Amino acid sequence: MTATMRPTISACPACSAAPAAEALADAAEVKNARIALSLPTIHCSACIAAVEQALNAYPGVHEARVNLTMKRASIEADADVMPDDLVKALASIGYEAHELDAGTLSATENDKAGRDLLMRLAVAGFAAMNVMLLSVSVWSGAADATRDMFHWISALITMPVILFSGQPFYRNAWAALKHGRLNMDVPITLAILLAVVTSLWETSLSGEHAYFDAALALTFFLLAGRYLDHRTRAIARSAAEELAALEVPRAWVIRDGQEVQVPAAQVAVGDLIRVRPGGRMPVDGEIVEGVSELDRSLLTGETLPVFAEPGQGVSAGEVNLTGPLTIRATAVGEETSLHRMADLVAIAESGRSRYTSLADKAAKLYAPGVHILSALSFVGWYLYTWDVRTALNIAAAVLIITCPCALGLAVPAVTTAASGRLFRKGMLIKHSTALERLAQVDTVVFDKTGTLTKGTPELTNLADHAASDLQIAAALAAGSSHPLSQAIVKACQAAGVTPAEVDQISELPGYGTQGVWQGMPVRLGRAAWVDAPARAETTAWLRIGDERPRAFTFADALRDGAEQAVAALIASGREVILISGDTTPAVEALAKRLGITQWVAEALPADKVARIAQLTEQGRHVLMVGDGLNDTAALAGAHVSISPASALDAARVASDIVLLGGDLSPIADALDTARKSTKRIRENFRIATVYNIIAVPLAVAGLCSPLIAALAMSASSITVSLNALRVR
Amino acid sequence: MEVLAYLIPISLVMGGIGLLFFVWTVKTNQYDDPEGDARRILSGQYDDKPKQ
Repeated sequence: MTATMRPTISACPACSAAPAAEALADAAEVKNARIALSLPTIHCSACIAAVEQALNAYPGVHEARVNLTMKRASIEADADVMPDDLVKALASIGYEAHELDAGTLSATENDKAGRDLLMRLAVAGFAAMNVMLLSVSVWSGAADATRDMFHWISALITMPVILFSGQPFYRNAWAALKHGRLNMDVPITLAILLAVVTSLWETSLSGEHAYFDAALALTFFLLAGRYLDHRTRAIARSAAEELAALEVPRAWVIRDGQEVQVPAAQVAVGDLIRVRPGGRMPVDGEIVEGVSELDRSLLTGETLPVFAEPGQGVSAGEVNLTGPLTIRATAVGEETSLHRMADLVAIAESGRSRYTSLADKAAKLYAPGVHILSALSFVGWYLYTWDVRTALNIAAAVLIITCPCALGLAVPAVTTAASGRLFRKGMLIKHSTALERLAQVDTVVFDKTGTLTKGTPELTNLADHAASDLQIAAALAAGSSHPLSQAIVKACQAAGVTPAEVDQISELPGYGTQGVWQGMPVRLGRAAWVDAPARAETTAWLRIGDERPRAFTFADALRDGAEQAVAALIASGREVILISGDTTPAVEALAKRLGITQWVAEALPADKVARIAQLTEQGRHVLMVGDGLNDTAALAGAHVSISPASALDAARVASDIVLLGGDLSPIADALDTARKSTKRIRENFRIATVYNIIAVPLAVAGLCSPLIAALAMSASSITVSLNALRVR
Repeated sequence: MEVLAYLIPISLVMGGIGLLFFVWTVKTNQYDDPEGDARRILSGQYDDKPKQ
C-alpha cells in the first residue's frame, strides 16, 4: 500500500468526505425516485410527525417531507420502492393516502405565478408604507419646501414600484380593451395611472395634494386580493389534477407468439391482446380465448360481475376479474366506447360556461359607471372653472375613491376563507365560481356504485350459516381474488372464523372455486355451476357434496357518511334523486335504505344527462355527485358537480369539487358553507357601495383630500376582509 | 430640519433591507407550507441532523 492511497488527512473532515459524498449523490440521482402522495386526512403537528416517521422508517426511503398546506408528502426513495407499498404503510397507521403523478407535479411544484404575485405584493407594500410615512408628515402640516421635497421623494419611490407592481392589472386591462370589453382592471389601471400623472403634475407646480400614497395603497390591496385568489385555486388545482391516473395506458399485444408491451395508443384493429386478471381493457374488442368475469361498474354502474366467454364483446375500461383473457381489438383510439363517452362530455359542458360570477356581474355594472362619473366631474369642473388642472385633479380623486379596492377583495377574501374551511374538511374547490353555484343548489343527484356505495360487496347473511359451512366457504374463498370471495374472507375474518382444511383448491375462472373437504367435493360459485336457482340479488352458492346449495347474499357496502349526507340534504329541504346504471332491485334496496324516494335504475349515460337537462329546464339547480365514466357527461352537464378522489380521471376533471377523503358527509356542510359565503360576498359588495356613497359626493364636490381618500380606501378594505373571516 | 437629510435615507435603507430579506425568504421556499411550518414548531422532534 502506497502513501498516496491513504485517505488524505485534512483539517476539515467534511472536505475529504465531500468527493465521496458527491459521487454518492451522482449515483443516487440516477437511481432515486421521487414519489408524491396526497394525504387528505392530515391536520395537525402529530399527523406530520407520525407520517414522516412512518415514511422515513420504511426501507429504501431516503427522505420524506410533509406539506400540510397542500396535504401531501414528497418522498425521495430508491427506485424499487413502490408507491402502493407506501400507501399501505400509511394505511396501517391510519392515514389515507393516494399516489400523485410525479411527472405533472414538477410542473406546478414551483408555483411561479404565485411567487411573481407575492413579490409584486411585497414591493408594493414596502413602497406604500414608506410613502405613507412621508404623506403623514405632509398631512400633519409640512409646508413649502419641505412638502415639495417629501412629494419628490414619494414620486421617486412610487414611479418604479407602480411600473413593476401594477403589471398584472395593466396586462389584463390591455387584453380586455383589445377585445373591446371592459373589466375590473380597466378602472383600476386608469385610476392608478391618472393618480400618478396628476400627482406628478401637482408636485412639479408645488401643489398641495399628491396621491402617490393612494396609488400605492390601491396597488397593494388589489394585489393582496389577487394573491389570495391565486393561492386558493393553485392548491386545489394542483392536488386535484395530479391524483395519478388509475389505469396505465399500456397493453400486452401478442406478436409472433410473444407478448409485447405497447402503449394503448399503438394498438391496431385486429391485434390480439392479453388481459390479465385485475387488468383493464385497453380497447374495445371480442374475446377469443379464456373464460372470466368482468367488472363493468365504472362504465355502467352495475355492481354484479358479468360472465365472460369467447365470442363476447368487451368495452375499453372494463376490468377483468378472474381468468386471463385474450381479446381481438375491434375498435381502437377514438372509436372506443370510452371516447364516445368523452364526446358526450364535450356536448354537456357548454352548460357550465353560461354562469357569470358575482364579481363579473358587479364589474359590468361598476366599470362603466365609474368612468362616466369621473368624466362628468371633469367636464363639469372644467366648464365651471375653465382650469384643466383643477378639473383633472377632481376627476382623479373620483377615480381613486371609487376604485374597486374593496370590490377587488370582496370575492377572493370570502372564497379563500370558505375554501380553506372546506379544504380542512377534505374538499377541494377546483373551479373559481363553484362556491357561488353550489349555493344555488336545490336538487342533488347521486350516482350509486362508487359514490354512495364503495363499489365493493359486503356479505349480508353471515349469521344464517352454520359455523362448519362458514369454515369451508372461508377456505374456498381464500383461493380466489374475486370480489365476492374477498368479501367472504373479510366477513369470516371479522367474525373470527378459522378456515377448514380443504384440499385441491382450484379456481375455475368465470364459475367459482372448488376443492375436496373430508373426501367430499365442495364448490363455491355461481348458481348454474352448483345447480342452484338463479336469484335477483347478488349471491354466491356453497355446495357440500350433493347437499342442497347454501346461499351467500351480498350487498354493496355503503360509503362512510353516505347516510348522514343524504339525511342532512333531505332535512335541509333539498330534493335528492338516485340515478344508477345498476339493476332495479339493487337500486331500489339502496334507495329504501337511505330514504331516497326518487330513483332511476338501469340508466344509460345519455339518460343521466337527459334527466339533468330536464331538471335544469324546470329551473332547478342540480348538484351531481358521481364517480364513473358513465357519470362524466352528467357531471359536466350539471349546474355544479362533486366527485370522490377514487373516481376516474375523466370524472374528476369534469367536476368542480373533489372529495379527498372517503367520507361523503362534508357534502351537506359544503352547501351550507357555500350559501354562507355567497351571503358574505353580497354583504361585502354592499359595504363597498356604502363607502362609495359617502365618499363620492365629497370627491365630486372637490372636497376630498388625499387623507380622506386613504382613510376611505383602507377602512373599506379592512372591513371587507374582516367580514370575510366570519365564514371560517 | 437638517436631521431629515439623515433620517429619510436611514428609514429607506432599513425598509430596503426588510424588502431584500423578504425576497430571500420567497426565493428559499419559505412560503410553500405556512400551515405545516406553524405546527412543526410544536413538535418535540428535531431534524437538525441529516438522516444517516
